[in-house]
Amino acid sequence: MTEQKIRVLIAKPGLDGHDRGAKVVARALRDAGMEVIYTGLRQTPEMIAEAALQEDVKVIGLSILSGAHLALVPRVMDLLRANGQKDVQVFVGGIIPEEDVPVLKQAGVHAVYGPGTPTSKIIEDVRASAAAVAA
Amino acid sequence: MSLDEALLAGDRLALSRFLTQVENGNPEARPVLDRLYRYTGRAHRIGITGAPGTGKSSLVNRLVLTLRANTQKRVAVIAVDPSSPFSGGAILGDRVRMRDLAGDTGVFIRSMASRGALGGLAITTAQLAQVFDAVGYDVILIETVGAGQSEVDIARLAHTTLVVEAPGFGDDIQAIKAGIMEIADILVINKADLPGVENTERALRSNLEMGYSIQANRKAGHQEEFLIPGAADSTVWVPPILKTIATREDGAGQVWEKIEEHYAFLKRSGRLNEIEKERVQKELFDLTTARLMKHWQEIAGKYKMETALQRVLDREISPEQAVDWLTDTGK
Repeated sequence: MTEQKIRVLIAKPGLDGHDRGAKVVARALRDAGMEVIYTGLRQTPEMIAEAALQEDVKVIGLSILSGAHLALVPRVMDLLRANGQKDVQVFVGGIIPEEDVPVLKQAGVHAVYGPGTPTSKIIEDVRASAAAVAA
Repeated sequence: MSLDEALLAGDRLALSRFLTQVENGNPEARPVLDRLYRYTGRAHRIGITGAPGTGKSSLVNRLVLTLRANTQKRVAVIAVDPSSPFSGGAILGDRVRMRDLAGDTGVFIRSMASRGALGGLAITTAQLAQVFDAVGYDVILIETVGAGQSEVDIARLAHTTLVVEAPGFGDDIQAIKAGIMEIADILVINKADLPGVENTERALRSNLEMGYSIQANRKAGHQEEFLIPGAADSTVWVPPILKTIATREDGAGQVWEKIEEHYAFLKRSGRLNEIEKERVQKELFDLTTARLMKHWQEIAGKYKMETALQRVLDREISPEQAVDWLTDTGK
């Protein structure tokens, strides 16, 4: 009865209300056999970290189109670490300027996906990440 | 600190990770689960079921908020959503409605996918409830979509089952599923500010009156089924019909009152022990079935299965004959 489903948290931190991208990714991950905990809009970093803890997810996808990524993402990373979840892999999608990508990576983000990233790539990466965390 | 100690001391990360092990059927979780079992039996398990769109998650949100505002009781919420039978994946979206509970360390929300549990509740849902019970959560709310077998399963797992309806979701007697009257301990009409709420209430009430009277008679030992209007019998619980607007405070306090009343009734009437017995009976049956199935699959092996399949497809043998051979139970 051992099933290793991949549980992924998809959240939109901050006040950004454009959730189509997040929903598209959520559906794609579901169709790829994963269990997606979709927490919706207007999540604070605290709410995201709390959900990650309670749901024991291996991967978190953050969708940010508001430009607030440099304020919000490092805060999420700090909270994850504080909660003992430093191994959770965080992906960021949305509108992220090129020059901010290294900053996010430095903060511990695993990958940043711009608009037009094929969902197949995201699925592949999430699978690889989940396998790495499980090991 | 051992895992057992960490769990019993309230370590939330340890709990969360252990829940995953239990859900995945990890053999390493078994001994811990076995040791924790003696600590179970204290929590009040409440099931919440109903058609999609009736506002179950919002109601859970409101109920927990109200409870936490008035008491120190620790609450666990297990929110179950269906897995896709095709991809095996799932969208677990119940947390979206429970944002008001964020930041309260006395509340633990865990989303679960049904993982194709043949239309019913997975055995693992009951096991997760056991873990929450063992580590000291006072109230466990289990929310599922009422579809197929899962309604019956949740009624067996929970002490008190709430069935949530909403105006416009099948007001006619014909549209209201027969099973609901048999599993509901409390009927909640949510979204009570929508038009048609009186029709919904009327339909539920008349359905209830018919079903309840027949049941009351059966329980009292009568052989014939006939209607007795409103028998106030302390050995029979009459499901109240309540109205709520979960997005506001309306009605939540009343729901808790009825939940408490029901629990008191179960204790007073001796039903609590009866339903516990029925629940454990079912759990043993489900676990045995799963265990035997797994064992059989290991013994039968892929080759034997494929051979049997081909022989049936070629019409050399009938399906029953194939199973005689596969299970070694032929005469």
